[in-house]
Amino acid sequence: MSYTKRNDGRKFDEPRKMEAKIGVIPRADGSAMFKIGDTIAIAAVYGPRELHPKFLQNPEKGILRCNYDMTSFSVPERKKPGPSRRGTEISLVIEKSLLPVLDLNQFPNAVVDVFIEIIQANAGTRCAGITAASMALAHAGVPMRNLVSAVSVGKVGDKIVIDLDKSEEDYEEGATDIPVAMNGDHEITLLQLDGEISKDELLKALELARKGCAEIDKVQRDTLKEFYRGIKDE
Amino acid sequence: MNNDYIKSLVEKGKRIDGRNLDEFRKIIIETNISKNAAGSARCKIGQTEVIVGVKFDVGEPYPDSPDEGTIIVIAELIPVASPDFELGPPSPKATELARIVDRGIRESKCIDFKKLCIKEGEKIWMAFIDIYPLNDDGNLIDASVLASLKALSEAKFPKIVNDKVEHESKTNNGLKLNKLPVTTTLYKISGNILVDVNNKEEQVVDSRLSVSVADGNIHALQKGGDVALSIDDISKMIDIAMKKEKELAKFLK
Amino acid sequence: MGKIFFKEKDLVVPGDVLAEGMDYLPSGGCIRENDKIIANHLGLVSQENRFVRVISLAGKYIPKVGDTVIGYVADMSFNGWFLDINGPYEAALMVKDVAEFIDKDADLAQFYNFGDLVIAKVAKVTRYSNINLTTKGPGLRKITGGKVLSITSTKVPRVIGKQGSMVQMLKEKTNCNIMVGQNGLVWIEGKSSEDELNATEAILKIEYESHIDGLTDKMKEFLEDKNELHKKK
Repeated sequence: MSYTKRNDGRKFDEPRKMEAKIGVIPRADGSAMFKIGDTIAIAAVYGPRELHPKFLQNPEKGILRCNYDMTSFSVPERKKPGPSRRGTEISLVIEKSLLPVLDLNQFPNAVVDVFIEIIQANAGTRCAGITAASMALAHAGVPMRNLVSAVSVGKVGDKIVIDLDKSEEDYEEGATDIPVAMNGDHEITLLQLDGEISKDELLKALELARKGCAEIDKVQRDTLKEFYRGIKDE
Repeated sequence: MNNDYIKSLVEKGKRIDGRNLDEFRKIIIETNISKNAAGSARCKIGQTEVIVGVKFDVGEPYPDSPDEGTIIVIAELIPVASPDFELGPPSPKATELARIVDRGIRESKCIDFKKLCIKEGEKIWMAFIDIYPLNDDGNLIDASVLASLKALSEAKFPKIVNDKVEHESKTNNGLKLNKLPVTTTLYKISGNILVDVNNKEEQVVDSRLSVSVADGNIHALQKGGDVALSIDDISKMIDIAMKKEKELAKFLK
Repeated sequence: MGKIFFKEKDLVVPGDVLAEGMDYLPSGGCIRENDKIIANHLGLVSQENRFVRVISLAGKYIPKVGDTVIGYVADMSFNGWFLDINGPYEAALMVKDVAEFIDKDADLAQFYNFGDLVIAKVAKVTRYSNINLTTKGPGLRKITGGKVLSITSTKVPRVIGKQGSMVQMLKEKTNCNIMVGQNGLVWIEGKSSEDELNATEAILKIEYESHIDGLTDKMKEFLEDKNELHKKK
């Protein structure tokens, strides 16, 4: 069966509407909110700060620790609060997606903690989390050579699309979900896939991801600049 | 040294942000902040921010109350909200917070548990009230109670089709709160009594008393902190909580 | 030659290309990647001859040589003290770097004791984040009296203002001596506790409202109103 029209009417290469905000968690050293469609992610950064217990410290450079969590009510069927295997795995891949751009050499024995909380979920949560975390890290002043942007791409029915929503992920005829994160130079720092897809289709999808990440990168930059506009003028 | 400064100010009846001792920071309450929840709310008191989501699921009643549903209140002190919160199982602080919120709702009978009954002796609604502080700038208890009550009052039951809950659906039926058991927590610092401490003030609190009040009646009390309170202190604190009831309840209407 | 891609005091974001060509050198807040200089901090970019620099608008306090900081004595050893300066690491103040003359067998606690507040300058920072402070220099000393306030170090530029304009205005309007450590600790000494309170309130207000335009004028008005109120009493 052909997937001729997207459930919410979007074009195949059109991501959902986005919204971003900096500084949403005043107590954190850096924080940001990123909303894409109905998915809302909040990221809070604490650090660089002293790392305990001491045996985890790296005397050569600082370490990055990420934790991804969803509120119990972010999904239709209540998720029991607390860690899950899925959350643990996602925390790990998020950490790997952000580490390549960070410069932690000047922080031996210290840690940068990134906490991501999903307030409302409609697919693409780890990507929204990474996008928010990237802005939060910049807001926190952690040295980074680039931002990281993330979006999901995939195959729904027979079409290659960008930013799958939940209804597309659950598409009856089959869907392949591919979360991708890229730094500002379009290098991939997160890549996962589950489903069924040919190599050609995958490459098409990655090209779509490249365009999508560039679009998200612009949103991130504009949001960060807008936040500091007041200071610059004073 | 900050701490001594705050204490010396309080002794003169002053606070670092210019408020009076019995003055709350700006309170903002918003609803429907998370679509997948049956009901949800955000409460901001100053920079303290708490979000609460209510979810319903079907369960079996307790044998001694076959026609009553249940509420389960959980608080997750996520590390997002404060450098002092760590990952891990609920701390005593988180457990206490949840139980204080629970007590106020339960003891005031602000919801009719019989309205949570689906089929007597067989099926009841369990209402899960999950509390997530997003930014801890002091006085989490009062903010959590306000957000919880608002989320509860907005919550709508999902549909049950062929004996199964359709979690993505929403009916027009919800719970009516027949009372608003708001909580005012009173704090004692250097011999003076204050409301609504921020994070800096919280570091020098000697004692606190959370008072849940509805329609002029006390439904729950919880004393916290390391220092003892005199009966006179408690009497004064309750007076202030009584005065604050109307002011806080107004945000829930 | 090389190319510059910004105007003075532009706001830049990590990853922004600031300059191209080997003629330019990164001097803070930015790095060289091949023949390009890119920002690795969120901040304001400026150029001086061949040097390109980004002044970070964000982040935990990272000590730089020459910074004036205020710290608490957190620890002591046989040849010096360790100060908590509100950053990821403690800073060392060695006996040889203090203004006072200290006898070989002297009790160090007599000079700076646990919990004492000290105004010091950052003298040296090495790669392994060893920070050395000194109190040799004008205005550097142990603080007695007055009040200390702690704000997030990222708001320090806001409290100081363009060329010190904000802190100068605060001093005038509150009649207080105010010293702002680059690390976010602020020392206030006034003739009355009322004045110190006004200064504290004003600084906390700046911290909370640091993203509003025209903040200096707004704060000036705020303090003038307070003074008017006080006169009426």
